[in-house]
Amino acid sequence: MANADCIILMGGNMAEAHPVGFQWVTEAKARGARVIHIDPRFTRTSAVADRHIAIRAGSDVVLLGGLVNHVLTHDLYFREYVVAYTNAATLLGEDFRDTEDLGGLFSGFDPRTGDYDPSTWAYAHPDGRVESTGGEEHGASASARAAGDQHGSGGPALEHSTVLRDDTLQNPRTVFQVLRRHFSRYTPEMVRDMCGITLEEFEYLARSVTENSGRERTTCFGYATGWTQHTLGVQFIRTAAILQLLLGNVGRPGGGIMALRGHASIQGSTDIPTLFNLLPGYLPMPSAGLHDTLADYLEEVASPTQKGFWAYADTYTISLLKAWFGDAATADNDWAYDYLPRLNGPHGTYQTAMDMLADKVEGYFVLGQNPAVGSANGRQQRMAMSHLKWLVVRDLNLIESATWWKDGPEIASGELRTEDIGTEVFFLPAATHVEKAGSFTQTQRLLQWRHQAVEPPGQAESELDFFHELGRRIRERLAGSTDERDRPLLDLTWDYPLDEHGKPDPEAVLSEINGYHVTGPDAGRNLSSYTEMKADGSTACGCWIYTGVYAEGHNLAARRVPNGGAGIAQTEWGWAWPADRRILYNRASADPQGRPWSERKKYVWWDEQAGRWTGSDVPDFPVDRAPDARPDPDLGGAEALAGDDPFIMQSDGKGWLFAPTGLVDGPLPAHYEPQESPVRNALYPQQQAPARVLFPREDNLGAPSADEPGADVYPYVFTTYRLTEHHTAGGMSRWSPVLAELQPEMFCEVSPQLAAERGLETGGWATIVSPRSAIEARVLVTDRMRPLRINGREVHQVGLPYHWGVGTDAVVSGDAANDLLGVALDPNTQIQESKVASCDVVAGRRPHGEALLRLVRDYQLRAGATVGTDSARITDPARETVEPDPGDDEQGSVWHTRW
Amino acid sequence: MAAWSPLEWPVLRQFRSGDVFGRGPAVTSPTTRHIAPRTATADRVVQSVCPFCAVGCGQKIYVKDEKVVQIEGDPDSPISRGRLCPKGASSAQLVNNPLRQTAIRYRAPYATDWQDLDRDTAIDMIADRFLETRRRTWQDRDEHGRPLRRTMGIASLGGATLDNEENYLIKKLFTAAGAIQIENQARI
Repeated sequence: MANADCIILMGGNMAEAHPVGFQWVTEAKARGARVIHIDPRFTRTSAVADRHIAIRAGSDVVLLGGLVNHVLTHDLYFREYVVAYTNAATLLGEDFRDTEDLGGLFSGFDPRTGDYDPSTWAYAHPDGRVESTGGEEHGASASARAAGDQHGSGGPALEHSTVLRDDTLQNPRTVFQVLRRHFSRYTPEMVRDMCGITLEEFEYLARSVTENSGRERTTCFGYATGWTQHTLGVQFIRTAAILQLLLGNVGRPGGGIMALRGHASIQGSTDIPTLFNLLPGYLPMPSAGLHDTLADYLEEVASPTQKGFWAYADTYTISLLKAWFGDAATADNDWAYDYLPRLNGPHGTYQTAMDMLADKVEGYFVLGQNPAVGSANGRQQRMAMSHLKWLVVRDLNLIESATWWKDGPEIASGELRTEDIGTEVFFLPAATHVEKAGSFTQTQRLLQWRHQAVEPPGQAESELDFFHELGRRIRERLAGSTDERDRPLLDLTWDYPLDEHGKPDPEAVLSEINGYHVTGPDAGRNLSSYTEMKADGSTACGCWIYTGVYAEGHNLAARRVPNGGAGIAQTEWGWAWPADRRILYNRASADPQGRPWSERKKYVWWDEQAGRWTGSDVPDFPVDRAPDARPDPDLGGAEALAGDDPFIMQSDGKGWLFAPTGLVDGPLPAHYEPQESPVRNALYPQQQAPARVLFPREDNLGAPSADEPGADVYPYVFTTYRLTEHHTAGGMSRWSPVLAELQPEMFCEVSPQLAAERGLETGGWATIVSPRSAIEARVLVTDRMRPLRINGREVHQVGLPYHWGVGTDAVVSGDAANDLLGVALDPNTQIQESKVASCDVVAGRRPHGEALLRLVRDYQLRAGATVGTDSARITDPARETVEPDPGDDEQGSVWHTRW
Repeated sequence: MAAWSPLEWPVLRQFRSGDVFGRGPAVTSPTTRHIAPRTATADRVVQSVCPFCAVGCGQKIYVKDEKVVQIEGDPDSPISRGRLCPKGASSAQLVNNPLRQTAIRYRAPYATDWQDLDRDTAIDMIADRFLETRRRTWQDRDEHGRPLRRTMGIASLGGATLDNEENYLIKKLFTAAGAIQIENQARI
């Protein structure tokens, strides 16, 4: 970021949520970079930016699409980069139909299930044959297993890497022309009417971005959960990716799209996933029907004839099975692939909560997370936990997720009585970050090792020690079992070296994650690179993208050369996956001939004399592949990468302006309104994202949208956010007297206009009501919030920090903003829409006890909110076309069933 | 205290000592002169990483008598260059907070309060419940006869605040046990 010439911060408040990282924005600005903050609220980020542009929450695709359209219509794209490095020149198949053709839907939509069949989005096949529809995974199955997450380390599979191209970009079936047509309705006027951004503001933004892109200059985007937590969150980020690719800002210093993530190792827990849908290194969890055998699994994960390093997924998978099941994983039993459990639906945290309510889940571990406060529709979460047989909470403090049975909001409202709750609760004290050694992976993929400073106090212990011991005792109890289902536990490699207290050595775990040779002359030696892995059982590796962090037995995550050494990439501090590369796809920092695009933005280039790629970083490319190399694409894998294919994890080596596969809700972004919105979608007849994941249930009612009857009952838009002084649901901050004193109380930010409309006063109380709950908050009237003109009418937005929860153990408590939210999810990621919803605001405190439930119910009745509200798949069947016609004959297939 | 002298007038003292703006020795009290920072008297310093957001600021943990006495930003870190935000700067309190729970608590079904439990008993009880639930809720195959090999009776949430090594053991153990509803903050 420090190397950028222009920084656009959007969907986040970096100065307050990532204050120390923000110093690099400040530094870029001091060197002359322009900084623009786009957010519903004026925040401290806005205060030091060159300019703040207020936007209506949830309208980001309109603005970013407007920029894409501006770049295309004014020919401001970086032509040489776009033609060589993106799929702009690639031809699409003839069956593809765009939102322009179908009134807001893409081809392949099934309105009965709400899923897309993506087969018509494919590239044109070189020999003219039409891709068989059976070859593509259906959207229902892909969404159910949140397959979008799988692309965390590279693009999805194509069957082959041979494509048809038109380098003049003139053919109407080129991605470039499809893009041009698709975004043509995203005009500055549309941006004005839908986002509340003036023509002058848009012009300033467009000029800033385009003038700071090209050979000599780069623009960078930074985002946070303001982009991800939407029913089309992935498409927000996709729109930015399209813009950045068109401007040539990917793989270059000062470019890119930076995810500003919110937890110390949230990146690590995605790479080594405590997530239902993934195995380590973005390998998918097997799904019944799709991955029944190892052969099925490998075939679906990656085709050996596609380009790039995903083609070696067999080596990553088999090495993982060897790491887990050791000698029990053999060629004869397909490396114990059958030991893995299978998915057959979305088993995400929200579906799991609803399964608890249906008494399908008996036991629940909650590890350093506080769903009673931090998850959307908090009441649903707490009621769900009251259905459990047993609950284990491991945390530093007695968080609300451990005490809801005693002092939660439902006890206060009378919905639950402590004496009636049968849930057995174990609270186990955890170790802090200084009381254990281990690695965190921060938001830029950098692993940093923490050394242990002291022993944990009392009965506190780390998760490593606890789970190691739990696993040991479970295995002890099963010893001698002849039940086949116990084989995976009994064959599990669980023999980590122990210290004198019987605790496992965390470096030994890191060593297994890194991988090692199992057999051969190097047996026992750690792997140095994932390219060393074999599919014959001779290597074991717990997470292939982390291979190299423990190369030759050296813990490189613990590297701490002051300032990271002298080079501009500061590589001697910690270790970045993959292969210690700091900028991904950095081959794109050189032109197609391998020369730096400019002296100013020089980073990685081709050294003609040495016949190698060289520069300031580890080249993210086969190091001796010459820029003019044009190997036969049918070779597959890294061998097939041409010298101008910088996107080495994409199956055609190119950056994807158009995503022919991999997304379940459309190959291009299209703006749809949030699940709840007072605004009618002006782009298309379709109001909400057609493929969003819905839960039409009595405990998850929605506010009527736009001009539907009852929409005026919840007339305002609210958004949620973080403060500097607290951390997410408060488990690590509301117990700290210092932080609690700095931010003692839940509040809401409202504009002076809204305050006047509702009689609110700074320091007074307001009650905020949604169809899920009503909460109270202190009022902060501020012109940092301002009403926006949207389609000719005024839209008010309310800001709500979400750190407080109802309980009695923390230093400070308060109503939880997340209780107001409903659950509707992005179908790619199964992430909830929590950055925008509808509410009412009235002056005064909320009622207590049963009166609170009555208030919420009265609002629902007045609005006419039912389980059918906001649940239609197609808003206006008269103006929207479903193509191809799905017919009536597909009901039988399991993949067409919504779980 | 020494006898009062006109030379001790603050403005004269500032000029006399060269500390003309009165931001250094000219305004230092004898008490301040005689105390040493905890960072200077610590037994050892351990390099660590801030546990809050994902920026990954470097921390130096100062330990005396096996207690954390101070946590400071690590100036060597190319990420943070010695800075910490209010949360990171308060992290010594996260460790030493008197409100922090250091004992295992157990709430029996229908009970109105916590009771104590030793670690051995607690882990045994959890292991027993884990296996009972797994037995009771095991799904071997789906309705088409395809393998499932799993339990839908055990779920887990959390990992974004934990170490990579911890996440690895959690995923490994749960997957081998057939528990698939394993989630963390990254989904949220």
